[in-house]
Amino acid sequence: MIEGAVWRRWVFFRLPMAIFLIFLLFPFYWMIITTFRPDGELYIPWYRANYKPFWTWNPTTAHLKYLFGETTFLIWMWNTTFIAVVATAISLFCGVLAGYALSRLNFRGAALLGTTIFITYLVPQTLLFIPLSEIIRTYSLGDTPWSLILSYPTFLIPFCTWLMMGYFKSVPKELEECARIDGAARWQAMLYIIIPVAVPGILSAMIFAFTLSWNEFIYALVFLSSPEQKTVPVGVISELVRGDVFFWGPLMAGALFGSIPVAIAYSFFVEQYVSGVTGSVKG
Amino acid sequence: MATTAVPVPDGGIIVGKPKWRPLESEGNLAMLLLLPTIALLLMFIAYPFMRGILLAVTNSKVGVIGDFVGFENFARLLKDPIFHAVVYNTFLYTFVTTVFKLILGLWLALLLNRDFKFKAFTRAFILLPFIVPTVLACFAWKWMFDPTFSVLNWMLFKLGIVAAGAGVNWLGDGDLAMLSIMIVNIWRGVPFFAISLMAGLQTISPDLGEAAAIDGAKPLQRFWYITWPLLMPVTMVVVLFSVIQTFSDFQIVYVMTGGGPANATHLFATYAYQLGVGTGLLSQGAAVSLAMFPLLFGIVIFQLMYIRRVETR
Repeated sequence: MIEGAVWRRWVFFRLPMAIFLIFLLFPFYWMIITTFRPDGELYIPWYRANYKPFWTWNPTTAHLKYLFGETTFLIWMWNTTFIAVVATAISLFCGVLAGYALSRLNFRGAALLGTTIFITYLVPQTLLFIPLSEIIRTYSLGDTPWSLILSYPTFLIPFCTWLMMGYFKSVPKELEECARIDGAARWQAMLYIIIPVAVPGILSAMIFAFTLSWNEFIYALVFLSSPEQKTVPVGVISELVRGDVFFWGPLMAGALFGSIPVAIAYSFFVEQYVSGVTGSVKG
Repeated sequence: MATTAVPVPDGGIIVGKPKWRPLESEGNLAMLLLLPTIALLLMFIAYPFMRGILLAVTNSKVGVIGDFVGFENFARLLKDPIFHAVVYNTFLYTFVTTVFKLILGLWLALLLNRDFKFKAFTRAFILLPFIVPTVLACFAWKWMFDPTFSVLNWMLFKLGIVAAGAGVNWLGDGDLAMLSIMIVNIWRGVPFFAISLMAGLQTISPDLGEAAAIDGAKPLQRFWYITWPLLMPVTMVVVLFSVIQTFSDFQIVYVMTGGGPANATHLFATYAYQLGVGTGLLSQGAAVSLAMFPLLFGIVIFQLMYIRRVETR
């Protein structure tokens, strides 16, 4: 691609790329190294001669033991997984059906409904968290996983619908018509012909919805209160920070292990995820 | 909606089999398919939205149902110096980070659009800041910004920029704290911009650039007159998405500074949280949240109009 001298390749490609990679990935390196560094090395001021930031020769598992032994981290992990899986399932169910209806059926008000769902897609959680917390309290859902399982679909469904609409539009109409001519009912054509073809799109929506609900913070922060109900982000912030005291070792261990499930889910479906990102902006 | 396709006769084509099949009507089927979505969105978006407006025009506190006070909460906000700071901060934060995310994201997209070894691998790693839980990643940044143990200060120290004992007080000073949360926001947003814009770049035929090159266009001219205009539709959508996300941001500020020092980094969402949840002044918190709405609504309308214009062109 890049013609000309070797130095051009360094200046215009390798160097900027390296700087980008360091900027984007250094915090993760820092998380990992802090997790395994003993406290004695962690708390050395930066201007001391013995501040050795990039490596440790005395790795320790003390922070991991603290995280898994002294806190309810594993329960938070379970809560987060459970909530993310159920909320994703509900949202996929609703989003696939709605996406099909809006992209492939002609009915009165289709355009209006599509626009409305697009607008709700752009409603941020921070706009509604206060009245929603009141409503959750009225329905006595406060401090239960159901408060999140039922409220996460509000931002997941519009997203899934939007993504699926884009996907369904790309499936040729003839496919459905063939099935119809062979005598399939409309819903059969949808269930047995179109939805199986759209599986890659459904996977994109699924992986995206899962990471979004795993990462959600403000609803979980406001709706949950007891330590054994919390999700990972909220649990880490409320149990590993006491007043002004940050337990940096266990905190970084928690950050690392709280990120691993999404990172694994993501690594299996990178392609779907990327097409989800791009699909969500192309629509 | 494609209406050009060959119309399929409604109710199937098997003659002489008069079965009652209500789902053969597109309208009925659509209603059934949309029912769960509409029910959930009405219950958890439309209803909370109405409740939010009702809250904002009363003086409710936690556990106390308030009386109707009209626009008193909004009038109070207009006189509230912290709210003025919040508006200023939010606009500054959104504007600066979006500009940087666009420039850096576009640059990274152009780099990624080349052929090189480990391309798929690099692309996968680059998205990490965007997919890991923001709150958890923010802790890594907060630890990197720690006044006493900051690795960033160590780097600046080694480069000879700061002296020992006179490090940068990243989160302790108002302006620097704003800079710090901007850095974190840019860090989180650049991958999204880069990947989306890269997808946009891939839809542009390389023939156009080559033709221009044959006509003698320099690389910068090729970018400015060919790539940039063709990339515009994707850019607009990405920017508007990002503006909405950034404008309503909560997590980064909540973890990094909590709105401090001295309210220097409060945004709409964190101030609403502090009033509504922290102090229990539900109505005032709801009013701060709702104050975001007109602007967000404007952005959405603008985006819809833009999409429509592009589609009908």
